[in-house]
Amino acid sequence: MVVQDLAQLEGFTTQCMGNGSQQIQDAYTGDLLSDVMGNAPAESVLITIQAHKNTVAVASLAGIRALVICNNRSIPSDMLQAAEDEEIAIFTTAETQFEASCRIAAALGRINAGKA
Amino acid sequence: MQEIPINTITSPNVILELIYRLKVKDVMTTDLVTAGKETTLRQIQYIMREKQVTGLPIVVGKRLIGIVSMDDIIQALDKGYIEEKAQDHMTRNLIVLEDDMPISFAISYFDRFSYHRFPVLNKHKELVGMITSRDITSTLLVEINREIEELEKRTRTTSLSEEMSGEIHTYTIMKNDFENAGYASTEIKKRLKSAGIAPHIIRRAAIASYELEMNLVVHSDGGELIAEYSPQTMQITARDSGPGISDVEAALTPGWSTASEWIRSLGFGAGMGLPNVRSVADDFTIESNRNGTTVVCTIELHPKQEER
Repeated sequence: MVVQDLAQLEGFTTQCMGNGSQQIQDAYTGDLLSDVMGNAPAESVLITIQAHKNTVAVASLAGIRALVICNNRSIPSDMLQAAEDEEIAIFTTAETQFEASCRIAAALGRINAGKA
Repeated sequence: MQEIPINTITSPNVILELIYRLKVKDVMTTDLVTAGKETTLRQIQYIMREKQVTGLPIVVGKRLIGIVSMDDIIQALDKGYIEEKAQDHMTRNLIVLEDDMPISFAISYFDRFSYHRFPVLNKHKELVGMITSRDITSTLLVEINREIEELEKRTRTTSLSEEMSGEIHTYTIMKNDFENAGYASTEIKKRLKSAGIAPHIIRRAAIASYELEMNLVVHSDGGELIAEYSPQTMQITARDSGPGISDVEAALTPGWSTASEWIRSLGFGAGMGLPNVRSVADDFTIESNRNGTTVVCTIELHPKQEER
């Protein structure tokens, strides 16, 4: 799928679209940025509650193309600005990281990934 | 052993990888036009003309029972049984391919048999597609195009990285300056990108420089990050003036952290910093005492073995 497909997912609100036509191949869930940095795959979407400017920096450096901020956490304006500068998409949702991850796994066609 | 029309020993690796990596299912047409066994050959003739196909699989459910080809239709017209049913005149002795086979199989089948198309079955023996040599040609063309582009980019890269050879950039990093944290790493990333370095190498350099930069912000009394570029490698040095790491071995253990609650609330202090740097670096050294810590990591810009 591509970045803008995330906007269509139920309960997701677009805060910033980044580059909507970029491919999303994979996803990673985590709140510890260093863990994200070391383990998140490139061309991915990050599911997190870490609504902070540094999340955008990590995303940009690790090749993450979109952030899904869970639990209705609000996005600070400097984070939004950084995301616009770096062309990283941000979506917010009321769902937990687990719920949002399941939704994205389904959208990526990875719901059976555990078996593979 | 099936024959394929190229030499599998001396051909370029990229081509060989392609014909083994690509599977029949990546190439086949899945938009199928089929007919039932009761369909008359006349009706099949109309379907063929309308859908512009030259062979029609005859199915019961998802099970393939035969094929009616253009030749069969010509025979039927010639011999006068065009109004009869498919099941009485279809070709039943079928050669099929499996969707998981590499396309090298398909290529060799087209070489060995005179058919223009092969039905493709999945492992449940259900009809899932049809493959023609045209499908193979066009997919191969697209894939070869992509591979060549990649190769050209890589050749260009080598000469581009010459241009930044000898460059040294030093960035001063202040203690607890979260506002500007990531600036140096972003600059390093941009520099490599403009030199056309491969994305997965840039990612490694970005991870190493960001972790080192954050370490200076979070743990040191302040220091500097130095990026040095040479044609084949880049070296990132993080140097600070204290307070030093009490247990360097422990600091290299994933999960070990001395970060405060506040730092952790910002998403840092997972104890993955130095382990991350070490895992992405081709060479890594660390020295620490109470007067300061120096970490040097080297990343090869053009590794021979592509690892991702």
